[in-house]
Amino acid sequence: MSTGIGARVQRKEDKRYITGKGKYTDDVRNESQAYAAFVRSPHAHANVNGIDTSAAMAMDGVIDVLNGQQLTGDGIGNIICGWAITSKDGSPMNMGAWSALATSKVRYVGDAVAVVIAETQALARIAAEAVEVDYEVLPAVAASDKALAGGAALIHDNAPGNLIYDWEIGDGAATDAALAGAAHVTELAVTNNRLSPNAMEPRAAVATFDECDDHYTLYTTSQNPHVARLVLSAFYQVAPENKLRVIAPDVGGGFGSKIFIYPEEITCLWASMKTNRSVKWTSDRSEAFITDAHGRDHITTAKMGFDAAGKIVGFKVDTIANFGAYMSLFSSSVPTYLYATLLSGQYNIENIHCNVRAAYTNTVPVDAYRGAGRPEACFLVERMMETAAREMGKDPTDLRRANFVQEFPHQTPVIMAYDAGDFGANLDQAMAAADVAGFAARKAESAGRGKLRGLGYSSYIEACGIAPSAAVGSLGAGVGLWESAEVRVNPVGTIEVLTGSHSHGQGHETTFAQIVAERFDLPLENVSIVHGDTDKVQFGMGTYGSRSGAVGMSAIVKAMDKVEAKVRKIAAHVLEASEDDIVIEGGQVKVAGTDKAMGWHEVGLSAYTAHNLPPDMEPGLKEGAFYDPANFTFPAGTYICEVEVDPETGVTDIVQFTASDDFGTIINPNIVEGQVHGGIAQGIGQAMLEQVVYDDDAQLVTGSYMDYAMPRASDVPSFSVHHASTTCPNNPLGMKGCGEAGAIGSPPAVINAITDAIGSNDLAMPATPQAVWNAIQAAK
Amino acid sequence: MTNVSMTVNGKAVSREVPDETLLSEFLREHLRLTGTHVGCDTSQCGACVVHVNGKAVKSCSTLAASLDGSQVTTIEGLANGGLHPMQQAFTENHGLQCGFCTPGMIMTSVDMVNRYKADGKELTAQAIRGELAGNICRCTGYHNIVKAVEDAAAKM
Repeated sequence: MSTGIGARVQRKEDKRYITGKGKYTDDVRNESQAYAAFVRSPHAHANVNGIDTSAAMAMDGVIDVLNGQQLTGDGIGNIICGWAITSKDGSPMNMGAWSALATSKVRYVGDAVAVVIAETQALARIAAEAVEVDYEVLPAVAASDKALAGGAALIHDNAPGNLIYDWEIGDGAATDAALAGAAHVTELAVTNNRLSPNAMEPRAAVATFDECDDHYTLYTTSQNPHVARLVLSAFYQVAPENKLRVIAPDVGGGFGSKIFIYPEEITCLWASMKTNRSVKWTSDRSEAFITDAHGRDHITTAKMGFDAAGKIVGFKVDTIANFGAYMSLFSSSVPTYLYATLLSGQYNIENIHCNVRAAYTNTVPVDAYRGAGRPEACFLVERMMETAAREMGKDPTDLRRANFVQEFPHQTPVIMAYDAGDFGANLDQAMAAADVAGFAARKAESAGRGKLRGLGYSSYIEACGIAPSAAVGSLGAGVGLWESAEVRVNPVGTIEVLTGSHSHGQGHETTFAQIVAERFDLPLENVSIVHGDTDKVQFGMGTYGSRSGAVGMSAIVKAMDKVEAKVRKIAAHVLEASEDDIVIEGGQVKVAGTDKAMGWHEVGLSAYTAHNLPPDMEPGLKEGAFYDPANFTFPAGTYICEVEVDPETGVTDIVQFTASDDFGTIINPNIVEGQVHGGIAQGIGQAMLEQVVYDDDAQLVTGSYMDYAMPRASDVPSFSVHHASTTCPNNPLGMKGCGEAGAIGSPPAVINAITDAIGSNDLAMPATPQAVWNAIQAAK
Repeated sequence: MTNVSMTVNGKAVSREVPDETLLSEFLREHLRLTGTHVGCDTSQCGACVVHVNGKAVKSCSTLAASLDGSQVTTIEGLANGGLHPMQQAFTENHGLQCGFCTPGMIMTSVDMVNRYKADGKELTAQAIRGELAGNICRCTGYHNIVKAVEDAAAKM
């Protein structure tokens, strides 16, 4: 059976997970392990006038209680946002100070003010309860529009009016003129609901300081251990990079929430030095709800204008983005360059203008969550298309087709240059698979049972493979977004690939090995993937933004190019042939058209014995490469959701969910389909179940799985997943990325379907039975 | 402190532990069987499911001291060498991604199939989804987990 590109290979990493032998951060326990528990603010906004640790310190087994004054006194730097956004008036963004432990003021429920280090986790938690903090409670605000309205509590002194930035993209005057001349203008107000990522493994950190070498080791739940080390070193001054090893072992899901370097990791590292003990912190789920970065939370109004033929002439968008109490690592980029740049959707739109105001509120910081900006853009565009079609009396698929981009490359008015796609092919495939032709009969059958049946479309596009370093640098990014790889051929011919990508469910140990096994025609088991340890892998930018295929694998391909070139030279020398005649197949390196050959392992051995190498060739067979992408990649497709609503209760069943995606080259269909399934389930969660709720005092109401509705098995259907692909012209494998599409494309399909069923367009996410029932009643 | 004695994965164990020790802590911290995971603190996610006297139990909400003398099976002890058909079905059907919920999913699913077989009831896809109400997975969208349980049920 083939194990190469396109093969449904069973995952190599599964055995340890299905037998309970995975090694996650909380499974690490060092000799004489000490445990950390954080003292967190119960108030959304308060001055800290004093911290009394005496009762906690007096407890048997408490090693130390540390606070923010000590942390900043030791020179630990403030947490930063790594992407600088400039307001439309030319001013820089207003970034307020964020100390890992608050010193004089807390700004959200969960903000940490102190940490207890104790001999057991239970004791640390009990002692944390005994720390007395003198809070002077201040007025608080949770909603972004209220935070920007006059008179709201001021959260950071250097962000007047709680405004972080007021940014725009596109030509406002031209868009206004286009809308003024439009035959029809559709107006829409949408809220993109606030979500909690909820990777099933809670975050954790185990920090150990070695005083002999002044060296730190951090096990952490990270999607990007090298970025963590860089930031911990360069910005937070925990230790120089050569004195800090960061290991992200098995990581139980991320969805964006484990990109960022949080106060807890910083504090554990510092505390391990202060106490000279290995310090371990493991979040529980309640703590995760008040510390893991939240996602989404946009309030948007928009207008889209059409000419008499139904062609879009202009699209004007105004968005408020809730950033929470502090600017998280990539927060600023999410509602700007990852959102507004996708507002052209799959459509040829000449005039687009988007204005984004980012607001501080007294809530958990908000940052990238699966899709990061693109779900917000897709929801707006696809709700707009469906709404406009209904207003104009057009079939929603006809309206989409009339506006699809047909020629590539296509330059949108909002930076992105789409490189390849066939949007009509995905729509056709999805409609056929969903049996749209038979929908009318199914709807009639439902009606006969007193049920309302609806069909909703979403033709999404998104941008992955982030990103060309110079391009993102010009837009304010503080880092380059290339990826690195090293391919080591051992003297016995087996291969280790060291990659800067990080796998936390994506199956890299399998798919990355597949491209190597295919390239050198070797058994899959001869290839091992090494990742997640800064002592093993030189550098890497990590895994997020569906970049591990398009960027991470491209780096491996570039390194393999170099390995192959050297293999050819060695074989040509040993076999006394021309390099051009060398072929690599079946575990052998051969001279084409002859019986001269050497085993792949013999080439490896030749490279390392170095007894008979070409003149001037260095021994060894190990090559590295850095790959900087030439462009974003543009996964696209159409999702069709079919629902049945009980008008008496508002209970909505998704009776069919169909996906047609264009991901470019697919390495392992099992894994790609699994990514789509999971993404759609998260999108259905956003559309029908999930909502982070704060009350008016900015107290978190949804603080556990009793209150925050996670999708369960019975909440989602089986999915009908299909592919109609075009090849990405901008990377060597032709890949686009598949990790986020499901979460991006599905929410508007669900809401379009429910609103189609109930005959009312006024329905916000999450469309709970109560919300659906209310919408039905309001429309009566 | 309480002395807790039980049989875990076929081996007799005995430990002196604080009275409030949960079974999940007993397994993870005292026996270092870290395959049993803890994903929430409200007994909702099911990552911690083990078998106690042959039945699925959420180990995060069971006091170890209450199980003195019990037979406990964790994911590490599910198969006697090789893989249990449920473990095999999870990998063959790509029913896992990050692996964190997987031990609980597998332990719940084994109990589910055993109960349906004992009762002579048909385990439909819809029934599987309902039976998985106490196990949350954030990665797979449950699609392949349901396939895996159906597959294993046919082989168990």
